[in-house]
Amino acid sequence: MKTLLVLLLVALGTSGGQNPPVVPFEKHAELTSDTPIDELVFGRLKQLKIQPAGLCSDAVFVRRVYLDAIGTLPTAEEARRFLADRDPHKRSKLVDQLLARDEFADYWAMRWSDSLRVKAEFPINLWPNAVQAYYRWIHTSVKKNVPYDRFVREMLTASGSNFRVPAVNFYRAVQNREPKTIAAAVALAFMGARTEKWSEERRAEMSVFFSQVGYKSTDEWKEEIIFFDALAKPAKNGAETVLPDGTRRRLLPGEDPRAVFADWLTRSENPWFARNITNRVWYWLLGRGIVHEPDDLRPDNRPSNPELLAYLEEELVASKYDLKHIYRLILNSKTYQLSCIPRTNHPDAEANFAYYPLRRLDAEVLIDALCQITDTTEEYSSLIPEPFTFIPREQHSVALADGSITSSFLETFGRPPRDTGLMSERDNRPSAAGQLHLLNSSHIRHKIEQSEKLRQVMRSGRNPAEKVRNLYLTILSRPPTKEELLVVRDYANSGQIKRWEVMVDLAWALVNSAEFLYRH
Amino acid sequence: MIPEIVFPSGTSGTPISRRTAIKSGLLGAAGVLLAGRLGLAAPTGARPPKAKAVIQIWMWGGPAHLDTFDPKPAAGYDYCGPLAKAIPTNVEGIMVGEMLPLLAKQADKYSILRGMTHGVNAHETASYLVQTGRQPGRHVFPCVGAVVSRFKGYAAGYEGLIPPYIVLTQPQGRFSEAGFLGARYKPFATGGDPNQKRFAVEGVVAEGISDQRQKSRRGLLADLNTLKHAMKGNRQLDALDQCEKQAYDLILGDAGKVFDLSEEKDELRDRYGRNTFGQSCLAARRLVEQGVRYVTINYKGWDTHKQHFQTMRRKLPEMDKGMATLLADLADRGLLESTIVWWGGEFGRTPKVQWEPPWNGGRGHYGRVFSTVVAGGGFKGGQVVGASDEKGENVAQRLIYPCDLIASMYELLGIDPNAPLPHPQGLAVRVTPSADEGVSSGGRLKEIM
Repeated sequence: MKTLLVLLLVALGTSGGQNPPVVPFEKHAELTSDTPIDELVFGRLKQLKIQPAGLCSDAVFVRRVYLDAIGTLPTAEEARRFLADRDPHKRSKLVDQLLARDEFADYWAMRWSDSLRVKAEFPINLWPNAVQAYYRWIHTSVKKNVPYDRFVREMLTASGSNFRVPAVNFYRAVQNREPKTIAAAVALAFMGARTEKWSEERRAEMSVFFSQVGYKSTDEWKEEIIFFDALAKPAKNGAETVLPDGTRRRLLPGEDPRAVFADWLTRSENPWFARNITNRVWYWLLGRGIVHEPDDLRPDNRPSNPELLAYLEEELVASKYDLKHIYRLILNSKTYQLSCIPRTNHPDAEANFAYYPLRRLDAEVLIDALCQITDTTEEYSSLIPEPFTFIPREQHSVALADGSITSSFLETFGRPPRDTGLMSERDNRPSAAGQLHLLNSSHIRHKIEQSEKLRQVMRSGRNPAEKVRNLYLTILSRPPTKEELLVVRDYANSGQIKRWEVMVDLAWALVNSAEFLYRH
Repeated sequence: MIPEIVFPSGTSGTPISRRTAIKSGLLGAAGVLLAGRLGLAAPTGARPPKAKAVIQIWMWGGPAHLDTFDPKPAAGYDYCGPLAKAIPTNVEGIMVGEMLPLLAKQADKYSILRGMTHGVNAHETASYLVQTGRQPGRHVFPCVGAVVSRFKGYAAGYEGLIPPYIVLTQPQGRFSEAGFLGARYKPFATGGDPNQKRFAVEGVVAEGISDQRQKSRRGLLADLNTLKHAMKGNRQLDALDQCEKQAYDLILGDAGKVFDLSEEKDELRDRYGRNTFGQSCLAARRLVEQGVRYVTINYKGWDTHKQHFQTMRRKLPEMDKGMATLLADLADRGLLESTIVWWGGEFGRTPKVQWEPPWNGGRGHYGRVFSTVVAGGGFKGGQVVGASDEKGENVAQRLIYPCDLIASMYELLGIDPNAPLPHPQGLAVRVTPSADEGVSSGGRLKEIM
């Protein structure tokens, strides 16, 4: 490994010399393999003769890691402080700070709610009260960093009222209550497997574990009890069951088959469990799974870097399923900190993580970012189904519990419908309607034109250059380049436009720039 | 709701339309196959479809059938309240409510469906039923507008810059839209008010920003797009660029002019009525004229539990004027033959007036029987289909369920009711429900087609 590393450094060092860093997105630095992740990724790139991108600049890093770790933009002050910090370890310091922030739980509870299908209405029909209970439970689990195996086990083996034992809602957040449907939901969420690609026999075998999930209503409106229905067929006492890896297991009298399944699933040698979640975390942070699509694990869909995936799985198991440990490993790697500007057209560059891929901000993150830079809020309410829901204005969109709350903005920008739990439900592709909205809607215009905060930013600078600098830090988390300052000066001097309008137009232009709209 | 305005060629962002692609042989055999799957191939019977577009007047809240198109003057004051008169129309034997004198003169153009029923009295479920033809279940089906957008929109060669499915002016809400078809089939909600001096269509028209400033801003954005400059040739940013260009075609180009109602003569605008509904009808006609496939006028204010008759006296003349002028104007321009006009809400209202407190003369929800009106696009005019009983409380003749009306419209539009609808989980579902889904049906409206 060591010789490989030396060779790699030499190779990277020479090529680095040919590519001066792209201002303001890259940093002049040697690309060293500081972590096992980097050794595995850069080693593979070297093998394939793919040149990785340069290291991202501090300004890019601070924005990127805020968005990726907590779904929030850094404030101008946070960005300024980070850029001024001279500590050579400031990046990993920042990672630790972010992983401890409250927004971490909001952001990751949103991701979990996507794949666990948290919504009140069709086709999931949890109804508002249960949505709140389920979401709260997910949020708390993320906040407490409950070990991942415990988190999953709690859902799979839960019994009780949907209001009082929130984890039972896992069994209600399905499109119907057929054992096969439940098995498919379990496989997708926790094994990253799509049962429709399995044989009929194997699907039936897995369904047996969920054939004794009972549902009954109570006198309280929309309350439902989920229980182990020992009398339901076909998992009779003493029946022999077959687990998805082919293991046979005879059920004991009175034994809940869900518990048998959960035991099997969360064993460290289970081939799907740790692999699925580490691959997803990688996908969430780096935009592409080591196995791609990230929720389509099967023998004929090979990981692009098997050793990398194996390493992450081992780390997860060794850390006793501490997901934050995995986040930390990835966020601190140089691989994660590569710039988004590729240095090669190599067809395998993307799949091997030779650069950080551009991704448009998620709908909820985008509207929160627009609200943050303008210090404005959004209004959400839901009048059907009852009870009516009104969301406090100060609540972030990322923290909306109910996926069915109506919002034309969120829908235009591809919020997932939470119907299936598939990762592909979220649609971050650009659309003409979305651009029309960002470029010219009264919604966005009012946010900018009527923003007291932007007026303050304007007043805060002692001279025009400083005002522009403050605006850049607020919106793009970095100071403007010299060229950009010249463009703004020319625009201001071009004629009849009033000074405030110049700032409005500037803020508008920055909001509509690729740099604002995309994680980069 | 603002939809994704889809690229003509689908998702890739390349500005090549399907039609061009087929012409230039890019798709070849695959294109032909695709055309067949989308139902582009000639519909059953091989005649070209009669209807090209739909204007849906959505009577949000549920209009009273007794006070509009199914008057029951013989039922007495308990049922009719102060609106006790029925008036004759220009079709022998058809009577309508006394508040609709202008529509009475257009009765030869429309047919009244008096046997509509679904039996549901809750807004959300009834809305879903009326607009999808299906009972609520585990799947959210798309409404008629989304289905039309799917089969007649961009995927079927529609090339307009204006989205193929428009709502004037506010979205109808969650049960009325794309369902599992996904965001790209949602309607574009205009926002704004067509009765204002300038119809400020959200995103298209920005009040207070001149075209000159739009252009200089656009230049500023181009100059300051530093990341884009650093990543020339990036596929994603190129796609974003295309979307931006399409957006600017609407903002600065001629396409957006369809919303400029000042291009119409004052006299005609007056005939439509100088109010939001009247001018929405005019905007709808202009949109259909431009080739837009489906326009919903979301007409609120018909949920009249209280102050029912006061509301009828205020709103019915406005509705009468707007809708009657729309029918006449469409006919004058030769557009009525190819445009279905569909008037109706999620249900009717209780025939018996609720005189008791707290309603003090109101009407409640009523799904057992109600009226819907259809005109144009191949539907005959001057007909009545079905009937309610003497007090308007039950269907007396010819049950018509929402799915019957919807399937009839699809047939006229050349959309195969048995065509598969793409479902995200790959479920085999069809455009209209089949008998084994347990949906009640009284049969398509053969009487008037």
